[in-house]
Amino acid sequence: MQRKFTKNLFLRHVCGGLLLLSFSAHAAGGGDPEIGKMLADRGDGSGAPCMACHAMDGTGNAFAGFPSLAGLNAGYLLKQMRDYNSGARVSAVMQPNIDGYSDEELVHLAAYFASLPPAAPAQPTVSEDVLVLGKKLAERGAWDQYIPPCSSCHGPDNQGIGTDFPAIAGQHANYIAQEIRAWRDGQRSNDTVQLMTGISERLTDEQIDAVAAYLSTLPMRAE
Amino acid sequence: MHKISMITGLVAAGLTAPAVALALIGNEARVPINLPELQPDRYVHTAPTVDDLMADESVHPELRKVILKGRDIFMNTQQYRGTYVFNDMTCASCHTGEGGMNWGGPVWPAATTLPNYRPKNDHVNSLEERIAGCFSYSMNGISPEYGSDDMLALVAYHQWLAKGAPVYEHQIAGRGFNNLGTQIPEDVDYHRGEQVYQENCAVCHGANGEGKRQNGQVVFPAVWGDNSYNWGAGIARIFTAASFIHMNMPLGKPGSLSEQEAWDVAVYINSHERPQDPRYTGDVRETREKYLGFHRHSYYGLEKNGVLLGDHENTGEKPFLKPEILRSRTFTADE
Repeated sequence: MQRKFTKNLFLRHVCGGLLLLSFSAHAAGGGDPEIGKMLADRGDGSGAPCMACHAMDGTGNAFAGFPSLAGLNAGYLLKQMRDYNSGARVSAVMQPNIDGYSDEELVHLAAYFASLPPAAPAQPTVSEDVLVLGKKLAERGAWDQYIPPCSSCHGPDNQGIGTDFPAIAGQHANYIAQEIRAWRDGQRSNDTVQLMTGISERLTDEQIDAVAAYLSTLPMRAE
Repeated sequence: MHKISMITGLVAAGLTAPAVALALIGNEARVPINLPELQPDRYVHTAPTVDDLMADESVHPELRKVILKGRDIFMNTQQYRGTYVFNDMTCASCHTGEGGMNWGGPVWPAATTLPNYRPKNDHVNSLEERIAGCFSYSMNGISPEYGSDDMLALVAYHQWLAKGAPVYEHQIAGRGFNNLGTQIPEDVDYHRGEQVYQENCAVCHGANGEGKRQNGQVVFPAVWGDNSYNWGAGIARIFTAASFIHMNMPLGKPGSLSEQEAWDVAVYINSHERPQDPRYTGDVRETREKYLGFHRHSYYGLEKNGVLLGDHENTGEKPFLKPEILRSRTFTADE
């Protein structure tokens, strides 16, 4: 839903009679970050509000493996939420928390999280050798195992490109490793053209942990 | 939804590494590395890696620098956009696995099988001239000069990758993009190809073949239109595109498309317009006829979907048609 307002225009929002100061929506698909924030703060009516796991600033929880959503591409976030609701992506944690939102509300939520400043990169907690292995995979891949570099699809510096290839630089290591294993083990299968499935099947456990650790130490740039 | 072929317990032995570490030993891979067996009667090469180069103490530091420069040009050719390259291509766009990988269009054979006669230009070519062809056609550009520092670097990279390969051994396993043969099947279908493209290729190469960029940098190159390879590129031939696609695309999913899907999508992609063939005489039908040995495999100069392909003066970003390096040469033996 496209909305353009000047800074001086006040609009009475239909939902709950709230008065909102609306600014022009930057996010892809025309979602309104202000509305998204309101939706994120109150939850979908039956589940926990987003901040319960994804933190007040949307940067998630590195230790628990709750991903940082802050600064990710709005179109990507929207697709993931739609996939949770349709069953294309399965998570016992996510499903009950967003199934109460309408599709229009998901658009606003996506715009909100996309507008947030990305998390700061992690301090490395692994050895230099592990980081070197991770860097190699991220930038050069391992062609002898038929693993192209992450950056060949996730873009220069793994900052993501478009709605299909999210930024992985600056994402939490535990989450990245968890998702690669989820593709490998068949628990996640909503990757476009199954591009991640093949990759995940070829990475060793050591490589998964190394590339996840390395990527988490990189800065994620805001879109 | 694209159908994934289930190949029971098979990881194709198409890679040169003796052991492919699999996290799924004993399980079926859902996206297997579906490459053909390397031809048993041919020379099988294992190209050295950049790690090997850094560890090889017998390589003079100056040579190491030059090889690394060549690798940098090969892997990041876009840094020369506007000087050598006038489209979205990088050598590594089509020569996957850093140019050393079997079935990925390895480039090192050019170092061991040339100088040799090449039908494309009807004379004996050196490795440098072969490289110049890639710049002139696939990159729609201007090659580094013969004997220049950049050309030396590229030659050094090719030859480094060839380390250990026998000179003038022409029977090379996993070479080139012709695994599906050169005959276009009679039942190829543009519309089926369009479907294959939208379902498998558009996610990276764009719904209109325009590719994708991030902050101005090319991430996925254009496969047709002004920013793609020109009509003189080998991959403008249907069989070359079909074989390349079948072995290498979508990226990371070799052999995932059926042969028919590969032919169909090659037809679809190569039925779109692209910059002019540098050998253009001014008349597209005449040019097709003149270079029929090459163009009988492409749709250049043919009418497809109501359009006479190649009938234009569009040279893309390149501000002229024919780079000077494309010239014929003949030799006369002394009596």
